[in-house]
Amino acid sequence: MNGYGGTILRVNLTDGKITKEPTPAQLARDFIGGRGFGIYFLFKEVPKHVDALGPENKLIISTGPLSGMLAPGGGKCDWTTKSPLTGGYADASMGGHFTAEMKYAGLDTIILEGISPKPVYLFIDNDKIQLLDAAAFWGKGAIDVEVELKHKYGEEYQVAAIGPGGENQVLYACINHDYGRQAGRGGVGAVMGSKKVKAIVLHGTKSVVVADPENYHKAGLALYKACKDAEGLAEWSRYGTTVVTSWCNEVGALPTRNFSAGSFEGIDQINGQAMRKEIVITDKGCFGCPSPCGKYSNMKRYNTQVEGPEYETIGLMGSNLGIADIQVVGEANRLADDMGIDSISAGSCIAWAMECYEKGILTKADTDGLELKFGNADAVFTLIKKIGHREGKLGELLALGVNRASQQVGQGSEKFAIHVKGMEQSAYATHNATAMLLAYMTCDVGAHHNRSWAITYDLQVGREKVVPEKVARIIWLQNFRPMFDVMGSCRLQWVELGIDRDLYVPLLEAITGVKRTWQDLEAVGNRIWTLTRMYWLRENDGFDRQWDLPSPRFYTEPPKTGATAGQITKFEDVQRLLDMYYEQRGWDSHGLPTPATLDTLNLTALVA
Amino acid sequence: MRLYADSAKCSGCRACMVACSLNLFQESNPKKASLNLIPHFPAPGVYEMKVCTQCGDCAAVCPTEAIKLNERGAYYVDFAECNLCEACVPECPEDVMFVRAELANAAWKCDLCGDCVSVCGTSALWIDN
Ligand code: SF4
Ligand code: SF4
Ligand code: SF4
Repeated sequence: MNGYGGTILRVNLTDGKITKEPTPAQLARDFIGGRGFGIYFLFKEVPKHVDALGPENKLIISTGPLSGMLAPGGGKCDWTTKSPLTGGYADASMGGHFTAEMKYAGLDTIILEGISPKPVYLFIDNDKIQLLDAAAFWGKGAIDVEVELKHKYGEEYQVAAIGPGGENQVLYACINHDYGRQAGRGGVGAVMGSKKVKAIVLHGTKSVVVADPENYHKAGLALYKACKDAEGLAEWSRYGTTVVTSWCNEVGALPTRNFSAGSFEGIDQINGQAMRKEIVITDKGCFGCPSPCGKYSNMKRYNTQVEGPEYETIGLMGSNLGIADIQVVGEANRLADDMGIDSISAGSCIAWAMECYEKGILTKADTDGLELKFGNADAVFTLIKKIGHREGKLGELLALGVNRASQQVGQGSEKFAIHVKGMEQSAYATHNATAMLLAYMTCDVGAHHNRSWAITYDLQVGREKVVPEKVARIIWLQNFRPMFDVMGSCRLQWVELGIDRDLYVPLLEAITGVKRTWQDLEAVGNRIWTLTRMYWLRENDGFDRQWDLPSPRFYTEPPKTGATAGQITKFEDVQRLLDMYYEQRGWDSHGLPTPATLDTLNLTALVA
Repeated sequence: MRLYADSAKCSGCRACMVACSLNLFQESNPKKASLNLIPHFPAPGVYEMKVCTQCGDCAAVCPTEAIKLNERGAYYVDFAECNLCEACVPECPEDVMFVRAELANAAWKCDLCGDCVSVCGTSALWIDN
């Protein structure tokens, strides 16, 4: 099949059976790849109401038609599963070089099923596929395991591994790759750990056949040229995602002390300039990327290295913890990577615990003696390791995520647990940014920014405004942006360099042989979006609009300082946003897609 | 004319390698590229690029004279005349003369097409005298 590896690989860990199926042509036509394949297999194959950490859940890893090709940022693969953190749909996009290697091994999707009786790693060298004993790696940090496996097999092999966090099923454990890229959110690493798979080692040397080689070459080069000609390339490549740090601080969107404010007095010590000046040693890009956002850093004080920290980690493990020191943020990032826990969720959990501590809700008896005040770097380092190992009372509590932890602790701490649907909110404070707030409320994995990012848009059109156009914008972004995760490439060339998205149309056509306009692609995006919504309500009895509400902090507690001091979104506006959103999506007032909507999207049979 | 690389600017993306394989073999497959990328991670955390200097040492030892000069003044492998003897490989001071029988039925090297330079977003590659 043009543009695809052609094979779905199924690995049953319970009995060790490894099977291959040809990638169905109709699946490629209807769902294209990546996250599209992920939700298709999840919905169809994983039975209703299974335990996310039990044998019936599956971990589905998919490439897309642009993965591994002459396509800027064609290095993204998608890890889909039922989330142990939220109990709903989760997919995590991972950059680096893994997806290209997968494609060159001829694989479009790897499906991990069952639970292995003992720790293993999956070894794939083209058609040689084995489950090998991982006893020697179990218990080790994700970075060390990658070093050892690369040493054993060579530089051409790509490795994705979990750390202790995944082994111990920390509910937001991640999967690490290429010394700093992660499948980060929703607990995909915990699912891999529950299956007792420590790592996947990949090597592929097969070429990928395309439909129209000449136009493929032409369209590929045209996209690279557009990226290289883009005005923003130098600035973006210098700072990567940290380019927004100071700006977020100015507009009051930088999460500060558990999102109690949106501006941080220590900004100059943690922004992109500080990072670049103090710690960065090289730029680091994903496969095929002409605009590398990855910054590889050396923290002199600790004599350690990390890829990052990127904006999200600076937000959640810097300002949100009251930490004004880029070396501390870098080291916290490295520890989280090595433990294999998502730095966004971990940062949010620690910030919540710090607030509890400062309010007297948690005391030294609950923190194993840690002085858990905002700004205490040593406490942060200790706590990251404790969470990864699920050690002590607090390590165990915070491994559950901020939603469950706050429910256990109670005493009003639920009100400042910053999450939607159980997923900790990523690094944009949304006290008064209604489009971004709606983006978080309705994002299909929980409070993550990847599907729609609208904070600049809020400022352009008036941040407190609650109008149908704003809602329409969010829906458009949600249908369109995730299509990059479907095609297997990065969206940042479009987002940050502003290249014309129409340049992707001839490329996708030349690779796959199927002509699709952006209108067609958005229709696929809408279909996938609706299917992920149906997954939420299939898995959760009584699922309704309550699930889409944001943290009360954003509609009850105006920040006292910073650019958004005194500002919140009114609760009635939160509800109006939802009403408009449901109406425009063709969902009923409970947030459930109507039969007519399912029918229009040709989903009726699939969800039956 | 030859290709130059500044390793300090390289971000390890391998776009150059895809472009290279596409030019040489009309296939997307970075394992069949004529440049080599050696990452040194997690420490010290640098990429090292290896490119052909067009020194001609490979051509000098080729028993079938399969390595010839093209119109750009670059040495290239005439696939039809290569017998996979591997004599050229150890001669290359840069480790960018490739023979991998499982991947291609001829040796390959850089023919100075310039496609790698076109796709490198960090200006780590260029062609000069
Ligand atoms: S912009 Fe960043 S995330 Fe996207 S492909 Fe480049 S390095 Fe990877
Ligand atoms: S391939 Fe190696 S030996 Fe041959 S010209 Fe290039 S650098 Fe010299
Ligand atoms: S295209 Fe440039 S940045 Fe990417 S691997 Fe090649 S030399 Fe390095």
